[in-house]
Amino acid sequence: MKTNLTGPALVLGNNIDTDQIYPGRFLELVDPAEIGARCLAGVSEDIAARFPKGGIVVGGTNFGCGSSREHAAIALLNMGASVVVADSFARIFYRNCINLGLPLLVCPGLSRQTETGDVLEVDIATGRVACPAKGLVLQGEPIGDYALSILEAGGIKPLFRQRRAQK
Amino acid sequence: MHAIEKILAGHCGRPSVQAGEIVTARVDFAEINDLYLQTLVSFREMDGERVWDRERVAFVFDHYAPAPTIRSAQIHKEMREFVREQQLRYHFDVNAGVCHQVLAENGLVCPGDILVATDSHTTTHGAFGAMGTGVGATDMATLLISGELWFRVPEIVELRIDGTPRPGVLPKDVILFVLGKMRADGAVYQAVDFTGSYVEQLGVAGRMVLCNMAVEMGAKTAYIQPNDEVLAYIERRAARPYQVQYTDPGYVYKASYHFDVEGLEPQVAAPSSVDNVIPLAEAGTVAVNQCLIGTCTGGRLEDFQAAARILRGKKIAPGVRLLVIPASSEVLRACMDSGVLATLLDAGATVSTPGCGPCLSAHEGVLAEGEVCVTASNRNFPGRMGHRGSKLYLASPATVAASALTGYLTSPCEFWEEAE
Repeated sequence: MKTNLTGPALVLGNNIDTDQIYPGRFLELVDPAEIGARCLAGVSEDIAARFPKGGIVVGGTNFGCGSSREHAAIALLNMGASVVVADSFARIFYRNCINLGLPLLVCPGLSRQTETGDVLEVDIATGRVACPAKGLVLQGEPIGDYALSILEAGGIKPLFRQRRAQK
Repeated sequence: MHAIEKILAGHCGRPSVQAGEIVTARVDFAEINDLYLQTLVSFREMDGERVWDRERVAFVFDHYAPAPTIRSAQIHKEMREFVREQQLRYHFDVNAGVCHQVLAENGLVCPGDILVATDSHTTTHGAFGAMGTGVGATDMATLLISGELWFRVPEIVELRIDGTPRPGVLPKDVILFVLGKMRADGAVYQAVDFTGSYVEQLGVAGRMVLCNMAVEMGAKTAYIQPNDEVLAYIERRAARPYQVQYTDPGYVYKASYHFDVEGLEPQVAAPSSVDNVIPLAEAGTVAVNQCLIGTCTGGRLEDFQAAARILRGKKIAPGVRLLVIPASSEVLRACMDSGVLATLLDAGATVSTPGCGPCLSAHEGVLAEGEVCVTASNRNFPGRMGHRGSKLYLASPATVAASALTGYLTSPCEFWEEAE
């Protein structure tokens, strides 16, 4: 698994809830590409269309709070996000992203020291986040072993199939 | 140990568990609602063939009940096929109600259980001394196949609430007050245990309101030690044997917070954050277009009784819409039998069939740009009930009713006392 990720930032605020990440009126969709095209439509309708593949989503505190909808994680992945870095995450959202193989990194303060378009370097194994243009280096919390093992397997689906095959 | 720790330890075959460790626990009951066809997609992607136990899984159609669009109708159709193919014992179709209410009424959640559902408000079941928690679709698919799920053992915090609020001030006001102090991320990844003299005297409905809203401070699960009223409710309904767990005397919480609600006045969460809580008296003059009483938070008999007490013999303000959506068919029936429904209809209410209603903007009363709604539901996020430019005030069912009467955000207290 690639643990070093580089990409331009999309910076959002505190308490970005899953209704803003993926509004309820689109919950009946099941096609991942269609879901990705509506990512963050609750913040602004045109974010997904402009988001660069491999971009890094940066949030403040309590990112992903609210509804348990896995659509939020599916939308971020299919919009092309490589990682989400935030001050803190809500728990169901955290599980959903890790399960689908989308890395998350807790890095308090980044959202206040960077702006949309800044190129960030994120190492999800060590938790180091850098913004070379701003001369900024921050130390986030390394992902825990259990979550990392799910990410390394490519998500819970391949890991679960693997474990069942071993039984 | 705390009751929640005993529940977790018992379900992973261990004498004890420690906060922070990852455990794999057996789950007593799993519930899937009609938003997440992805659960079945993930089930198949993981080569799922049969669910682990056809007696311990339920589908509840509530968010799209009855189907508002062709796509949601298709979701219902595919889920009905899955229920048939898997010969599941429990399926609550569009004639049942909101999952959390329906599970409780049918005795499918019992003290000491671990209940997992594809809905964040599964914390509600702490009202029954169970550990309820919400998950996403793929987590649910792994559970359907294996009967177990991994959990990080949560730290447990005590929210002790003492005192007697002003008459007409309901459990919803109290939990909004607590939420305003705790903030929206005040209990992330933690379990919250509600204690204190205010909590102890609450019945089933009030306890469900407190535990329901615990997720709005980020809690993984909530708990209230069952009292006699709760145990009597369970005893009449329980579908399985159960064992009530008790916290050991002298248990040390990770943190304890104390809230004095003596004489508390009505509270609202102003747009657009659940923790933007202020006393209603400080909200100013706010004209409302829509008033909603319903959902897993505010759609029980007690909520409609409170509204009827305020609206009996009166008419709602011209131009205001009052939506009344019972949380279940059992609640609807009780509202009919007690005359509450007639009172609300006479006052000018719009009554919809049991389900989640417009809470998450699926149907049945979504908002246009610029509209304001005062609601007994649980979230006021931007665009939650419709257009991003609409505004939501979270309040008690009594405040919603009083506001429908005047057309402005209004305290229910004077109407409440008049009705005595």
